[in-house]
Amino acid sequence: MRSALTRPASISSGLVRSVLRSAPMRCLVFALLALAALAAHAIDPLPFKDRAEEVRFQQLTRQLRCLVCQNQDLADSDAPLAGDLRRQVFEMMHAGKSDAEIKDYLVARYNDFVLYDPPLKPGTWLLWFTPLALVLIGAFVLARIVRARARQALAESQKTTQPNSGDDDW
Amino acid sequence: MNRLIPLFAFFALVALLAFGIHWNTHHEMSEVPSPLIGKSAPAFALPQLFEPEKTLSGKDLLGAPYLLNVFGSWCPTCQYEHPILTQQIKRLGIKLVGLDWKDEPADAKRWIGQFGNPYDVLITDRDGRAGIDFGVYMAPETFLVDAKGVVRYKRIGMFTQENIRDELMPKIAEMQREAAP
Amino acid sequence: MLPELGQFALILALLLAAVQCALPVFGAWRGNAALVAVARPAVAGQAVFVVLAFALLTYAFETQDFSVAYVAQNSNLALPWYYRFSAVWGAHEGSLLLWILILNVWTVAVATFSRRLPDVLIARVLGVLGFIAFGFLLFTILTSNPFARHLPALADGADLNPILQDPGLIMHPPMLYTGYVGFSVAFAFAIAALLGGAESTGAKSPTRTPAEEQGLTDWVRWARPWTNVAWAFLTLGITLGSWWAYYVLGWGGWWFWDPVENASFMPWLVGTALIHSQAVTEKRGGFRAWTLLLSIFAFSLSLLGTFLVRSGVLTSVHAFASDPKRGLFILAFLTIVVGGSLTIYALRAPKVAGGRPFHLLSRETLLLVNNLLFTCAAAMVLLGTLYPLIGDALGVGRISVGPPYFGFMFFLLMLPAVLLLPLGPMFRWASADWRATIRALIPAFALALVAGVLAKLMTTGLSLRGVAGVAASLWVGIGIVLYAIKRWREAAPGRRYTPEMLGMMLAHFGVAIFLAGVLITEAASVESDLRFLPNETKTVGGLDFRFVGVQHAQGPNFSADEGTLEVRKGDQLVATLHPQKRQYVGGGSVQTKSDIDPGLLRDVYVALGEPVDPASGAWAVRVYVKPFVRWIWLGGLLMMLGGFTAAADRRFRALPERRPAAPRRASDQIAGTAAGAGAR
Repeated sequence: MRSALTRPASISSGLVRSVLRSAPMRCLVFALLALAALAAHAIDPLPFKDRAEEVRFQQLTRQLRCLVCQNQDLADSDAPLAGDLRRQVFEMMHAGKSDAEIKDYLVARYNDFVLYDPPLKPGTWLLWFTPLALVLIGAFVLARIVRARARQALAESQKTTQPNSGDDDW
Repeated sequence: MNRLIPLFAFFALVALLAFGIHWNTHHEMSEVPSPLIGKSAPAFALPQLFEPEKTLSGKDLLGAPYLLNVFGSWCPTCQYEHPILTQQIKRLGIKLVGLDWKDEPADAKRWIGQFGNPYDVLITDRDGRAGIDFGVYMAPETFLVDAKGVVRYKRIGMFTQENIRDELMPKIAEMQREAAP
Repeated sequence: MLPELGQFALILALLLAAVQCALPVFGAWRGNAALVAVARPAVAGQAVFVVLAFALLTYAFETQDFSVAYVAQNSNLALPWYYRFSAVWGAHEGSLLLWILILNVWTVAVATFSRRLPDVLIARVLGVLGFIAFGFLLFTILTSNPFARHLPALADGADLNPILQDPGLIMHPPMLYTGYVGFSVAFAFAIAALLGGAESTGAKSPTRTPAEEQGLTDWVRWARPWTNVAWAFLTLGITLGSWWAYYVLGWGGWWFWDPVENASFMPWLVGTALIHSQAVTEKRGGFRAWTLLLSIFAFSLSLLGTFLVRSGVLTSVHAFASDPKRGLFILAFLTIVVGGSLTIYALRAPKVAGGRPFHLLSRETLLLVNNLLFTCAAAMVLLGTLYPLIGDALGVGRISVGPPYFGFMFFLLMLPAVLLLPLGPMFRWASADWRATIRALIPAFALALVAGVLAKLMTTGLSLRGVAGVAASLWVGIGIVLYAIKRWREAAPGRRYTPEMLGMMLAHFGVAIFLAGVLITEAASVESDLRFLPNETKTVGGLDFRFVGVQHAQGPNFSADEGTLEVRKGDQLVATLHPQKRQYVGGGSVQTKSDIDPGLLRDVYVALGEPVDPASGAWAVRVYVKPFVRWIWLGGLLMMLGGFTAAADRRFRALPERRPAAPRRASDQIAGTAAGAGAR
C-alpha cells in the first residue's frame, strides 16, 4: 500500500477529481485506471517445509481476494497488506490450521468479500443454482421439441419409405 | 407469450445495470463493510507511541465510548483527514485513540510533531497485526466503539465534515441516548 | 487545425450514418428503389470520414501533438513510433474510434461482397449497421471526443500505460473488436429478415414447396460466412489476449475470469452456439426462431461487453475510466438496440416450427444440446460477472465471484459437450444409425482410455484433471480424425471435404488441442517463489536454475534491473533468461517483465522480484515450468483457422433460385425477393 499511495500522480482531470473525491482509494483508482499495480506482482519466497505445503499455500492464496488492489488474488498482490496476510496464512498453516479455519479467520475480519469462491448461503443460492435450473428447464424444452419433431418424422417416414439420402449427409 | 420472455429478461438486466450505475455513483465500490459492526472490538494490547514501555489494551478503554482512528505517516490521505479530525473532535466530546498502523514510531512522532496531536492516546501497531484483527485494509479507517466495547460504526477512508455530521454524530447521539437511562 | 478537422469528420460521419440508417430502411418499407439505392453511397461516405478521423488521430500521435488532450495523456516524446501507433487505441476515446472504424470496415465489406444479394435485404442490413454506427458516433462526439484540445499544449505527454507497451497489445484490441463488431453483421441480417417479414410470412402455410421453404432461410446462408469470420476474429482476439496476459502480466496465468475477459467470452460462447444453429437453419430449415434470437443475443452481448468495460459498474482489471454519463449513454443505446430488436422478434418471429422433422438420434438433436450447453454457459458467465451487483441490489453484502466459481461451473457445463462432440459429425441429419456411430468411434474411445491410464501410470502424481485432459483430448481429436477417414472412404472423390466441413474438422481438432493444453497445464504446472544468492542453483520441475546476478539495462523509454538465469537439464544448457523490472520514464510503478523459454511441450517462465537481502545480493525470483501451455493458444488458433476455412465455402455465396411468384406491388416484389419466397 505504501508504494501505491505514494506513487507519483499522473494526468487526467477526471482522474484527479475522482481521487480527490475518495482520496483513500488512490491505490484502487490507479489500479483500475492505469493497471499500474498489475505488472508489479508479488514474488515472495517463504520457507515452506515441503513441496506439498507450498502447493497448498499457492492454491489457498489464489482463492483469496486482496482488499487493497481488488482485482488481484492474495498470491499475486504486492500490496504490503497482502504480504502481511500471506504471512498470516503461512503461519496459520504451520500452526496446523485447516484451509476452512484460515478462511473463517479472514472472513471474520474482512467479510465474505475475501473469498473468490462464494460460500453457499441464502444470498448466493441464485448464483449457484440458477445455471442448474437453466440447464434443467432447457433440457425439458429441448426434450419436448425433439419429441414433437420425432413424432412428425415417424409419421412422414410411414408415408415415404426413403428415410434420408446418403448423399445429403453434409 | 414465449416470444416475450427474452424481452422481459432483457428489461430485468437493464434494471440491474441502471441500478449498477446509480449504486456506483453513490457508493465507493471498493468499500467492504466490516463484519465487526455490532460485535465486540477485537482484543489488543499495544505499546503507546510516546511511552513505548506502557501498553494500552482494549480492556483499559472499557467504560467510555471512543473513536479509534487508524492512520500512518506514510498515508497522504491521512494528512487530508488530520485537520478535519483535529477541528471536529472537541465538538464530538468523545475520546480519540490514534492507532499508528504499519509505521516506524520515529516517522509517526515526526508526523504528529508536524501536524499536531488531537489524540488522547496514541498506540503503535508496527507489524500491522492489530490492524488485521480490526479488518483494516485502507488507512485512514476509523472505528466507533461504545462503553461496552462493541463496534458501532466504521468509516473506511477519510472523514469529511459531511460524513462526520451525517453519519458519525447521529451514531454518537444514539449511544448517548442508550447510556442515559 | 487538423484535430478540429477530425472532429468535423466525425460529425459528417454521424450525419451520413443517420442517412444510411433512415432512408434505405424507409425505402425498403415503402418500396422506393431510389431510397434503397442510397444505402451503398452512404456507407462509402461514412467510411471515408471515419477513416479520415482515425487517420488524423494517428497523425496527431505520430507528430506528438500534445495540444490534443488524448495524445498528451497516452503518449510522450520517448515513446517509440510503433507504440505511438497502438496508443491510438490505448485508452477509452481512441478505442471507441477503433470500434467505429472496424464497424465501418465490416459495413463496407457487406456492401461490397453482397452485390448479388437482393437490394432490399442489403438495404435493411446496411440500415441496421448504420443505426449502430450512428449510436457509437453520437456517443463518441457527445461524451468521448478524442480530439478535445488541451491548451496551451503540453511540452511532453504523460505516457502510454507501460503495460500496453507490448507487441501483443498492438494486435489484440483490433482483432478482438473485429470479432465483437463482426457479430453486428449477423445481427443486421437477422433484423433485416425480421423486418422483411421473411420469417413471418407463410409460416402457417402448409402447402409450401421445398423451394419456398428454402427461401425462408436464405438469409441464414448469406449470414453464415459473416458470422464465421466474426467468430474466427473473436477467437483470435481472445487467444491473443490470453497469450498477452500470460507473458505481460507476469502471473503465468492465461485466463482470470475477470469481468472484462468475461465480456469478450460471453459473445464468443453465444457466437459458438450461433454458428452451430445457423447450420441447422440453413440446411434443414429448423430452429429458425432460435437462430434469429441467437443472432440478436450474440451482438447484444458484444454491446453489453462495451457497457461493462466502459461504465465502471464492475471492478475489473482493465476497465477504462469510469464515468456515469458514459455508462448511462451506452445503457440507453443498449436498451434501444436490444429492446427494439427483441420487440421486433416478439412480433415477427415465426410462430410455427419450420424445417424438416428429425428423430431423437440425429445431428439436429446433438446441435440442440450444443446450443443448450453453450447458451447456459454464457448465462452462467453473465450471472457470475454481474452477481456482485445483484448482491448489492438484494442487500446480501459484497460478494466476490472468482475463478473457483467460473472454473467449476464451466467444467460442469462443458463436460457433456466434450463427450458428445465426436458424435456430432458422425450422426446424420434427421436420423442417425447409432450402432454404426459407436462402431466407428470405438477406436477413439479405446485409445483415449488407454492413454488416460498410461498417463496416470507413467507420470508421478498427475492429478485426475491431467488424466482427464489427456483422455478428453484424444477422444475429441481421434474422433475427428476418424470422421475424416470415414468421409474419405464413403464419399466420392472430389466431394469428400467441402471447405465448410474442413473448417468444422479444424475447429474441433483445435478443441482437442485446447483441452490437452488447459487440463495438462492446470494439473502439472510447477510454480515456486525462490530466494537466490548470486550463482546459486535451485531445482524446480526437474530443471536446474542458476541465478547469475542482476545488472542494469536501458531501453528506449525505460531503465531496468535485468536478472540472468541459466536453465539446465542435467549438464545441458536449455536457455538463458533475462527477466526485468522496468521503470518507465513516464513514471508509474515498477513493471515486471518476465522472460520465457517457450516450447511445444513446456514453457520455462521466470519473473524477477525484489532484492530480499541487499547485503548478500539475494533476489526473489518466481519460476514456473508449464507443460503444454502453448497448446491452449495453438488450439485457439486452430479454431480460428476453422472459422475462416468454413467461411470460404462457395456455397454460401450462391444466389437464391428464381421463383415464379408474381407479386402485385413494388414493395411486395422487394419483400418477396428479400425473402426469396412468394409464399402467398
